Amino acid sequence: MIPVEMYLIVSTLLFFIGVFGFLVRKNLVGMLMSIELILNAVNINFVAFNRYLFPEQIEGYAYSLFVIVVAAAETAVAIAIFFNVYRRKGSETVKSIRELKH
Amino acid sequence: MDTLSALLTGNNILFAILTVVVLCSALLSVLTEKLMHAAFYLFLTLVGIAAMYMQMQYEFLAGAQLSVYAGGILMLFIFAIVLVHHIGENSESVSPKKKWIAAIASISGVILCLITMYGTNFNVNPEADELVKNVNMETLGYALLGTGKNQYLLPFEATGILLLACIIGAVVIANKEKEDKA
Amino acid sequence: MENIITFAPCVLLLPFLMFLFLGLTNYKWTGKQAGIIGTAGITVVAFCCYYIALQYFFGGVGKPDGATAYQTITVFNMEWMKMSVAHPGLTISIGFLLDPISAMMLIVISTVSLMVHIYSFGYMFEHGHYDEGMQRYYCVLSLFSFAMLGLVLATNIFQMYIFWELVGVSSFLLIGYYYKKPAAISACKKAFIVTRFADMFYLIGILIVSYYTKTFDFVEMNTLAENGHTLVGNSMEGLTFMGLSLTTLAMFLIFLGGAGKSAMFPFHIWLPDAMEGPTPSSALIHAATMVVAGVFLVARLFPVFAIDAPNALEAITYIGAFTALFAAVIAVAQTDIKRVLAFSTISQIAYMMVALGVARFSIEGVEHVETTLGFTASMWHLFTHAMFKAMLFLCCGCIIHCVESNEMAKMGGLKKYMPITWACFGIGCLAIAGIPPFSGFFSKGEILSACLENQCTGIYVIMTLTAGLTAFYMFRLFYHIFYYEENPEYATSEHKPHDQKWPMTLPLIVFAVLTCVCGFFPFGQLITASHEAIEIETNWFVEGVSLTTAALGIGIAYVLYYKKNDKPAKIMAKMQGLCTAASHRFYIDEVWYGITRSFIFGIICKSIAWFDRHCIDGFMDLMGWLTNRASSESKDFQSGHVQQYAWVFVMGVVVIGTLALYL
Repeated sequence: MIPVEMYLIVSTLLFFIGVFGFLVRKNLVGMLMSIELILNAVNINFVAFNRYLFPEQIEGYAYSLFVIVVAAAETAVAIAIFFNVYRRKGSETVKSIRELKH
Repeated sequence: MDTLSALLTGNNILFAILTVVVLCSALLSVLTEKLMHAAFYLFLTLVGIAAMYMQMQYEFLAGAQLSVYAGGILMLFIFAIVLVHHIGENSESVSPKKKWIAAIASISGVILCLITMYGTNFNVNPEADELVKNVNMETLGYALLGTGKNQYLLPFEATGILLLACIIGAVVIANKEKEDKA
Repeated sequence: MENIITFAPCVLLLPFLMFLFLGLTNYKWTGKQAGIIGTAGITVVAFCCYYIALQYFFGGVGKPDGATAYQTITVFNMEWMKMSVAHPGLTISIGFLLDPISAMMLIVISTVSLMVHIYSFGYMFEHGHYDEGMQRYYCVLSLFSFAMLGLVLATNIFQMYIFWELVGVSSFLLIGYYYKKPAAISACKKAFIVTRFADMFYLIGILIVSYYTKTFDFVEMNTLAENGHTLVGNSMEGLTFMGLSLTTLAMFLIFLGGAGKSAMFPFHIWLPDAMEGPTPSSALIHAATMVVAGVFLVARLFPVFAIDAPNALEAITYIGAFTALFAAVIAVAQTDIKRVLAFSTISQIAYMMVALGVARFSIEGVEHVETTLGFTASMWHLFTHAMFKAMLFLCCGCIIHCVESNEMAKMGGLKKYMPITWACFGIGCLAIAGIPPFSGFFSKGEILSACLENQCTGIYVIMTLTAGLTAFYMFRLFYHIFYYEENPEYATSEHKPHDQKWPMTLPLIVFAVLTCVCGFFPFGQLITASHEAIEIETNWFVEGVSLTTAALGIGIAYVLYYKKNDKPAKIMAKMQGLCTAASHRFYIDEVWYGITRSFIFGIICKSIAWFDRHCIDGFMDLMGWLTNRASSESKDFQSGHVQQYAWVFVMGVVVIGTLALYL
């Protein structure tokens, strides 16, 4: 049996790789990809806890399913926003959308 | 030697390979400068994670991961990358300083999490491998469509509405410019 | 009694409402309308005052059947502020105190105020139109009437202090009425600052007294003093400061406040300059009412002074005597007619102070009634002086109105042009010189008798000398204005000097009549320190001496100034040093100015300014600089970069997580 800690280590690393990507990526699509990594890291946590701590139940299982669905929805909307921004600004970088600072 | 050989079971080797694949491709996907490459590495990561689910005997979840993530979301990314002019060639020149700052944040987070994990005792169920076999599609189906304890009809329906809203929203947002022009 | 309660609030409220009404309806009325409104208001107030005073003195209110002394009546007394923390029971009230002196002051203030209101009608009407500031003028006059009435009716020393400052500010406003004239501006500032400086001592005195006696109330203070306590339960007994008993010191400080308002030496410097204001307001404020506030203050606290602080009274006597002589000498050398009257006012107020200073309650073995004669004499002189000095000022106003100058040199030979003014001015001069049967003769005679009866022979000699000087300078003024040498411009001028119209002449006549008759009022019956009637006997020796001196003064003035001659010039040449010094008012102003400049401006203000500029400003600049820097540094946080926010967020989570888990 693989210890649960191993999964948690993988998910931690994955999560912070995602964070790192979110922080360094310049364009919006790259940032969205990093967010997918973060979501997957969370999913791994859900599933691993479910699998090793409460194997006869499926709470984590179901949750990760929902997370996948929400991620899909989020990506769709985000990509739509991305297109819109690109069309208006002519640029795909995150620096082009700074109006909210004012 | 005994401990080492005990560790070298097929399961563990598979897990090690999957770990390496997932982490390396994730790292590459955030570090590579070309977005198309990044998308490809992301694909590898997602598939690796699906394999991990499979290894944990959650086959349905693995399937959902593959179909929704690798099949759906990633396609969206690729479309976005391809549709947007120049984006593939837009090589990123992030300053090293910025990378270091981001690395500091991430690494400190990793350290915090690992230390916390090290000091925590997880109540692992020793019979987990056996008990998980009782969970099948029927259980899942009842859980998603039931209204009792630990059953998720309401979130399920809400997710449906969310998806609908997001379809409409995505169309509206993406089309806004054209409508304005018209 | 019930009627008094009805009218009493009216006395205070009506002038105040007039003030608010005229002050708030900013320049809405023409000069004439404003004057009518103000005069109507003060007329009602005057009649209320007369009614109250008459009821008090003769209507049985002050002296119910069978009583031998006038009662002190607190008509109403509202608690205004309670100082419960430090001194339980110490409250400040606003009230209405009626006793013989406040009733008398009601008559003085309302009469003079009413006459001045009427007179101003004519005075402020010049070159065919009313002065543009008429409304402001009447507004401040109403404020002054309100404040002065509140001052004399105060039930406690703190209320008096409040109204004291109010009269100060209205005086300030009236002196600076011609605010386009630099002289008026500096005069009003001078008056305000000098009196405020003196008021500082007054306030310190109030604080000391109230700290130890735990009361502000006049009645309580006086009663306790009369009962032989050293200001409430001997609490101040034995307390000394620099060799003086604390009571004496505190009462002396309170007197210094009065000295500021009453222009006693060395605070007298503001009063001559205050003549820059309109002449009617000088008559009201700087001759008849406000300047006697100091005398009134001492009279109000007379039992405390006389029993607890006789040393303070002695000091008052000496200061008063010196001021009287000093001001009289200066008055001789002045050429501005209003300044002569101003110095004469200082001198006469000093008379009142001296009279109060020599008065004592019965000491063992000494007859009671005789020793407080000074109190009665002082109040009597206050009353008569208010009338004739107001009249003299109003006469001056008439003359200035014609001649359009304050200088004696521009006048002369006015008798044939202004007979009524001549007559009134003459009556005023005779009164102030102490010639019977005019009022000044009686009151001044009593003051001199009081000095002699209290074994103050030295003071008596000084005061008699001053009386002679007074007669001399007043008649110098009189002859200079009405005889001497006629200014040749009058005959040729289109506007020949003439008696003024009825608004200006009527008050003169009223005052002249009052001056003629008020010497016969039975003051000894009405106003005494103990509130019991005393018998005033005419001291023929004193009267004889003072009449002789007065006649001598008048005679010298007649010789020197009746017709133009060279004798004054010769005398002046012989006594050049004294004349120059006197015409420069003995350089007291310069001394004050020097002190102010070298000490206050040079040392105190400079160091404060340095502290302000370098420490306070520096601190403020530092705060500003820090804020500026902090914002310019922290504004980068609001960059609009999502990734920067995310970084801060992640680091924040890490830090907070670390703190929460491991600390």
